[in-house]
Amino acid sequence: MSNNPIVEREKGLVELGRRIAELRAVNATQPVDMSAEIAALESKYQEILHEVFGALTPWEKVHMARHPSRPTALDYISQFERFDELHGDRQFRDDPSIVAGFAMLRGRPVMAIGQQRGRDTKENLRRNFGMPAPEGYRKVRRLARVASRLGLPIVTLVDTKGADPGITSEEHAQSEAIAMCLHEFTMARVPIVATVIGEGGSGGALALAIADHVIMLEHSTYSVASPEGCAAILWSDASKAEEAASRLKLTAQDLQRFGIVDEIVPEPLGGAHREPGATVARVLTVVDQAVKRLKALAPEELLEERYRKYRRLGEWQTGRRDRIGEGT
Amino acid sequence: MPDWLVSRRSKESEARDAALWSKCPKCGEVLYRRDLAANFYVCTKCDYHFRMGAYDRISTIVDGDFSEVGGDIVPGDPLGWVDKKTYPAKLAGDREKSGLSEAVVCGFGQVGGFDVGLGVMDFHFRGGTMGTVVGERIALLLEESRRRGVPCIIFTASGGARMEEGMLALAQMAKTSAAVTRFTEDGNFFLVVLTDPTTGGVAASFAFQADVIVAESKAMIGFAGRRVIEQTIRQKLPDQFQTAEFLLEKGAIDMVVERRALKDTLVRLLAYTTAVRR
Repeated sequence: MSNNPIVEREKGLVELGRRIAELRAVNATQPVDMSAEIAALESKYQEILHEVFGALTPWEKVHMARHPSRPTALDYISQFERFDELHGDRQFRDDPSIVAGFAMLRGRPVMAIGQQRGRDTKENLRRNFGMPAPEGYRKVRRLARVASRLGLPIVTLVDTKGADPGITSEEHAQSEAIAMCLHEFTMARVPIVATVIGEGGSGGALALAIADHVIMLEHSTYSVASPEGCAAILWSDASKAEEAASRLKLTAQDLQRFGIVDEIVPEPLGGAHREPGATVARVLTVVDQAVKRLKALAPEELLEERYRKYRRLGEWQTGRRDRIGEGT
Repeated sequence: MPDWLVSRRSKESEARDAALWSKCPKCGEVLYRRDLAANFYVCTKCDYHFRMGAYDRISTIVDGDFSEVGGDIVPGDPLGWVDKKTYPAKLAGDREKSGLSEAVVCGFGQVGGFDVGLGVMDFHFRGGTMGTVVGERIALLLEESRRRGVPCIIFTASGGARMEEGMLALAQMAKTSAAVTRFTEDGNFFLVVLTDPTTGGVAASFAFQADVIVAESKAMIGFAGRRVIEQTIRQKLPDQFQTAEFLLEKGAIDMVVERRALKDTLVRLLAYTTAVRR
């Protein structure tokens, strides 16, 4: 039993798909022509697919982003031509919720850094459900610095509910770890391309996402806080998460409008997990194109552009100049 | 008290000052308001540090005049946020209540004879949350401090990023970080004073990027809020957890200072990093 509404709604489709396959098998081996029934079921299947997934609400997208079968960072990284994982923060331990290392993308060496949630319960426990501890962010910072020195573009894959909120993480200064990641990403002298592949949860996601080019998968989300967290903070009622999801403007489409996101990569109808291979390939092509374009800029130009990009973000008005304390 | 400050003092502090007595939220001691102000808003009995208004704070730190920058920058409503109230209505309420136009006041003045850029956050405005305007004013303060070649001091007090501005609020973490990087990489001194409470997106961006981090004694400082952690681990946290003293012991900050000694401490620190003294 899943508490993910997307998974629940897929069950009918799975059942229908099974019946179509059965009929096909019968059709192939028995002397009865069932092609009309099969065609009818197939058109029914498509109809339901469109009905269920054609226009997802923000809340549905939140669950699409969290879908247990959705491709994870390692599903992308494994499609790079080469990958050599590097480990540890050099101080305390290696955090398995961050996967990072040298990688070869379309013939170009890059530093790949991803947030890795588990694909089953056992892996989720080992990877802390993809919520990095300070050690994870310190590994990110260390490798971003290496990449900057060696001239390797940084390619990040963002997929986290948020940074780990536990006691040990507080004792190890989670705020400092994230803050210094942000600092490093603002000064890295190489192209940074970030892709939100699932959930982009708050500061824990931003720590990997100060980038020259920010990409989002069509049904991924990126938010100042999780809908549950936002509802708890504002209304002390986590059950109002669905309402929060629609207010927060956390979809890729909204965020492109605000200039937070530069490019959206479409997903197959029904979500990335229906055609994982094609989705991953499409993302890697888009990432490669962005890296190629940014590689043409000198480091100073890159840094200036990055500064201006973030300097512009937000909405504010300026009225008359305040003259407090000036010669009164 | 200088004239500019008298004119800027929040309605709330006026109202509080009008009342002759204040009750300490910690020990319950009833304090004579004027004694409390003279004691830097620290309880004379139990040393509880009251949360200070931004202008009250500025008056205890700067030598004399303070010229504000970015005070004319005011928020929009990018998400068209509505819950029980609209976002603009909430902002109007906060302006009324705090006498401030936003959750941070930035400007320039002298501290112990040193020219500095000074930013002070105020928890009384939207819980000190960082939206576009806070990010914008802090970025401006750092840019202008860099232009003038003066140290920058920021007092933090914040519940984190502001929900009602969504991702544009989170993006201010990136904006302020970029401004800090330019400022510090240029060889300028950045000092942060963490005050009660400092959490979330402010803690996890410019606050912990400072060269020197001072915290006021007993201030609550952390990444995740106490309630969130308690819900996650399903047990109660010890009282000391996430206090300034706890962070000092864990190696996360440079020093814990009592409010009455704060200005002297800042002046001593500035002396190491500022060659020319007026």
